[in-house]
Amino acid sequence: MAARKLAPLGPNGGAEDSLAKTNAFFRKKTLVLFAMVVAFFVINGVSGAFVEFDFVSAAVDVPAGIVWMLSEFAPSASSLEYLDSIMPALGSTILASVASSCIAAVFSFILAVLGSRSVGIGGPMALIVRAIASIFRNIPVVAWALVLLFSFKQSEFTGFLALFLTSFGYLTRCFLETIDEMSTGPIEALRATGATYFQIVVQAVIPMSVTSVISWVLYMIETNIRDATLVGILTGTGIGFVFDVYYKSFRYDVAGLTLVTIVIVVIACETLSNYIRRRIM
Amino acid sequence: MSEAGNSPARRTRSGKLRVHVMHKADAALWVVVGALVAVTVFAMVIMDYGKVNFFDACVAALGDFWEMMSTPGLAGHFTAEDVIVGLFESLALAALTTFIGAVIAFVFGLFAAVNLSNKAASNVIKILMSIFRAVPTILWVLVFSVAIGLGPEAAVAGLLFHSIAYLVKAYSEAFEEIDPGTLEALRASGARWWQIVFQAVIPAKTNELLSWTFIRFEINFVNAVAVGAVAGAGGIGYQLFLAGSFYLNLHEVGLIVYLCLAVAVVLEIIATQLRKRFIVQQ
Repeated sequence: MAARKLAPLGPNGGAEDSLAKTNAFFRKKTLVLFAMVVAFFVINGVSGAFVEFDFVSAAVDVPAGIVWMLSEFAPSASSLEYLDSIMPALGSTILASVASSCIAAVFSFILAVLGSRSVGIGGPMALIVRAIASIFRNIPVVAWALVLLFSFKQSEFTGFLALFLTSFGYLTRCFLETIDEMSTGPIEALRATGATYFQIVVQAVIPMSVTSVISWVLYMIETNIRDATLVGILTGTGIGFVFDVYYKSFRYDVAGLTLVTIVIVVIACETLSNYIRRRIM
Repeated sequence: MSEAGNSPARRTRSGKLRVHVMHKADAALWVVVGALVAVTVFAMVIMDYGKVNFFDACVAALGDFWEMMSTPGLAGHFTAEDVIVGLFESLALAALTTFIGAVIAFVFGLFAAVNLSNKAASNVIKILMSIFRAVPTILWVLVFSVAIGLGPEAAVAGLLFHSIAYLVKAYSEAFEEIDPGTLEALRASGARWWQIVFQAVIPAKTNELLSWTFIRFEINFVNAVAVGAVAGAGGIGYQLFLAGSFYLNLHEVGLIVYLCLAVAVVLEIIATQLRKRFIVQQ
């Protein structure tokens, strides 16, 4: 009776019609949800079978593994004397991360301005810049590290270059989006007053985008400090190398101490950049 | 300069109107820029450049890069089948990590969203996630490969941590955007917490949650390749590592790079489209 009273159409046809529609709606929704759950299990099952992933043993082993990790990788008293070898590596890793982000930011910004749809130089440049950004971003960092290792050998500079190249691709993409999202009013106004391209960039593009550029650079520094461990293991530099040495020589307590210092640095860096973002916005 | 005190406009020392007024935020910005430049210069000055000649090394690196990209091919260490299987192994590792991570992150995400949970639970989860994120993925995998033994379980377990942390952030922010009116209406009608979740939260955010999950799948593929290389977790990343470090064969590295690039670019394009269509920018 209640449904009939609420129905706006006809004495009985409208109510039955809307009820049927509601039912069809819920049936469709249930079917979609069901299909998603099935797809979820099928993809998981196929992937799991393909790499011989054992769900049961993973569910048992992982919690046990975490407990084992917490006991074995806990820094011991004797590991503290290795801080002397950890700290310089940590410092050089932080410096390399900052330098690679900042220098990459300069090159990326120039490229992003030239390739942007709103203030770019037009023509095929937009496509070329996007292609460059995509290639640099998507070539695995492992490949960069290996190729650079051939010619630059094992030095801090190799690690720096590998971080630089991936940062370059990533930041170009981010800056392109930032510049394209800017309002075009000030740029058009400047163009109407006869400003040169250089003046438009300096007076409109840079002031309008500088806060988000800095915000992206800070994010890149955080990411690079984390990635520096991977690059460090591959190129034998920085904190990644230190971790790798102790890890491979079964000094898990010292490796754990290295891990703790990395965690502290990453969290400190995150906190600092959040603070900076609040101040400059 | 007596009139300067009366009028709101600021003037320079010579009496001209000031066009640029330094705000606090601008000052902070310049301090940050100055600090970044200073650290960069310092880093470049004290950096260890090794014993190689910079220009020779650059030329050699560019030559290697060109050789790698222009003449990809197999050199007998792997068959085409090996490489394709390796590629699918990396994709499978990424898929497993994404799906398992999505389920765990969904639960955590519900408790991390302040409108569905309480402040204390939300903060505890957020702190836990920032610890998950602070340890680099590769170190999680290395630690797990000794803790539970080398294999796909260790790779997935190690990759899971960042995947969960990322998705919890994305999911909980999506949940927090839900219209409070809807939640209030359901609460007023006596709906239980899980009824609210299944009747309001999931239906409203399905597309967004799925988009974020796919975006994470893209990142997980990249990570799975990297992890395969360093932790020996298998997949195309391990073959890339072998080709580069043991066989020192740039042609094979080139072929594997092209395969990774192709997959990553396709995933990136799909992810960008999903982000544009389903994720609302705040």
